[in-house]
Amino acid sequence: MSAGMVIRRLGGGLLVLWLVSILTFLLVQLIPGDVAEVIAGENATVAEVSRIRIELGLDKPILEQYSSWFVGILQGDLGDSLFTNRSVADTIIEAAPPTVIITLMAIVVAVVIGVTAGIVAGLTQGSWIDRSVSALATLGIAMPSFWLAMVLVSVFALANPWLPATGYVDIREGFGEWLSYVILPSTALGLATAAELARHTRGCVADVLTRPYVRTARARGASGVWLVRRHILRNAAIPVVTVLGLQAGRLLGGVIVVEAVFGISGLGSLAINSVLQRNYPMIQGYVLFSAVIVVAINLIVDLAYGWINPKVRTA
Amino acid sequence: MTAGPGQRSDAGAAEPLLAVKGLTIDLPGGARQRGLVEDVTFEVRKGQAVALIGESGCGKSLTSMAILGLLPAAVRVAAGSIHFDGVDLLTCNRKQLRKVRGGPVGMVFQEPMSSLNPTMTVGDQIAEVRRLHLGERRSVALKEASKLLSRVGIPNADRRLGSYPHEMSGGMQQRVMIAAAIACDPKLLIADEPTTALDVTIQAEILELLRDLRRDLDLAVLLVTHDLGVVADFCDDVVVMYAGHIAERTPVDRLFYEPQHPYSSALLAAVPQAGRARTSLTVIPGRVPSAGHFPGGCRFEPRCAHSVEDVCRRPQADTAIADDRRTRCGRVASGDLILKGTVRG
Repeated sequence: MSAGMVIRRLGGGLLVLWLVSILTFLLVQLIPGDVAEVIAGENATVAEVSRIRIELGLDKPILEQYSSWFVGILQGDLGDSLFTNRSVADTIIEAAPPTVIITLMAIVVAVVIGVTAGIVAGLTQGSWIDRSVSALATLGIAMPSFWLAMVLVSVFALANPWLPATGYVDIREGFGEWLSYVILPSTALGLATAAELARHTRGCVADVLTRPYVRTARARGASGVWLVRRHILRNAAIPVVTVLGLQAGRLLGGVIVVEAVFGISGLGSLAINSVLQRNYPMIQGYVLFSAVIVVAINLIVDLAYGWINPKVRTA
Repeated sequence: MTAGPGQRSDAGAAEPLLAVKGLTIDLPGGARQRGLVEDVTFEVRKGQAVALIGESGCGKSLTSMAILGLLPAAVRVAAGSIHFDGVDLLTCNRKQLRKVRGGPVGMVFQEPMSSLNPTMTVGDQIAEVRRLHLGERRSVALKEASKLLSRVGIPNADRRLGSYPHEMSGGMQQRVMIAAAIACDPKLLIADEPTTALDVTIQAEILELLRDLRRDLDLAVLLVTHDLGVVADFCDDVVVMYAGHIAERTPVDRLFYEPQHPYSSALLAAVPQAGRARTSLTVIPGRVPSAGHFPGGCRFEPRCAHSVEDVCRRPQADTAIADDRRTRCGRVASGDLILKGTVRG
């Protein structure tokens, strides 16, 4: 992939983030109710409310408010929480690790299970393996992740005490320990995506198998692993990678529910509490942070796409 | 009219390089779809160029695919044998077949763009053949690939090794296909409509290349085509197929002087003649019946200008009328019908 192309994609990503910043800023303006009133509390006097309003700069023109807010986020200053006086950035960075790690592990689970199952099914079309994969994939897509999470907990944590039912420990407390806490939530989160990927991979492999270049490769004497690895997988991977990018955003949304089931205090609970408390700076911070992650994942997917597909590389 | 290089000098005595006998290809499931290809018998001798010719859907591509076991999954060979160098490719095991594919038999397909892997450099696609068959390391095989690219007339071969198919023109792509097909010094090249998807000028270049390769490598060629001009230019023998049957098998020059099947003569008549102004285009009335709707007797009978009901409604046998000529027309075989060619002898 050419440098120009990387720069174009990067520019596109930054543009998206800027638009998100505008929407996030407007969020506070559009929501009914007054932030200053929320902060001041129910029994505040009008004078107190207007003092807070001036303190927050809410009396200034909207463009001026936005530009000072935007300059702030460029410097990493997302404001302070309305209730704890801690900075939003610090709070998010503190809450992010379990969420980000569970999401990434869910992607790993999805790719390992989904792509493997899809390849095997695609190569053995019509066999019992293929039919079971299709059936399981449909089941996986239909199953809500919170229900799946509860089933996993009851089987692997309660009925058999193999894995912890709730909580999270940092990886610095030991890899094995960390892994035991991560497996169930990331599986619960990732299986639906695995099912989606399995279906797509199966379809792509089946499609590539009918392509003339596979016949050409056979006519050259290629077969078995050689044929699959060099001629089928790389071509089948191109559409699958796109689907994976689309799924990344869904996973980041889904993780909130999974965190709740497993009692993990990550970004999910932070986001829910902030919304319930109308902690606007925190909501804005959360939305911006999520947007950065989704844009980053899609950027990585775009780059991977270019690496896999030589036609994009030279475009 | 010339019969091309590699005359039928070693005809007769030696065992043919490729011998297809009684080949029948079915689409299983229901009697209606039987006999996509039926009772096809022909030979290719060492160094010889044989054309398989006919309209679209006559089974010529299926026949060529069947040789290396590359038929689509839905169809299967129901009867017959395909001997290459004495080994029946239809009964040998997978490993033996893999050794033949890309080794002593190379194959070139119709649309080079879709027949080359879009995610692999052309160098790797050519080198692949040598790695598979000769066990060469990638670096060694790539050096050979570079020589092969030069051999098929691609300039700057070393630089071109790293190109992807979409960075090349159609003619270049077909040269790459040919380079890969001849990478292991095959004895037989099967070319399935190698020029059909190309511009006319490029077609001539590719044919020229194939002609050179035949001469230099003593390569036998089975050329699947629907272009009579290509046949006249390039081939020694011609096998005319119609609706899954062989209509006629003959040395190519005789086809133009005295076709031995009404379908051949109709095909010849349908070739537009250059230099004659305002002649109307001759066409064969009707169209090729689709598989499963073949007539019970002679399959060409409904469209034939020489049809005689009580003879032609009966199944016709593939009959030898000379050492090197066969026809499936009962009237021609019995001497009842004499056809005229388009070439004034």
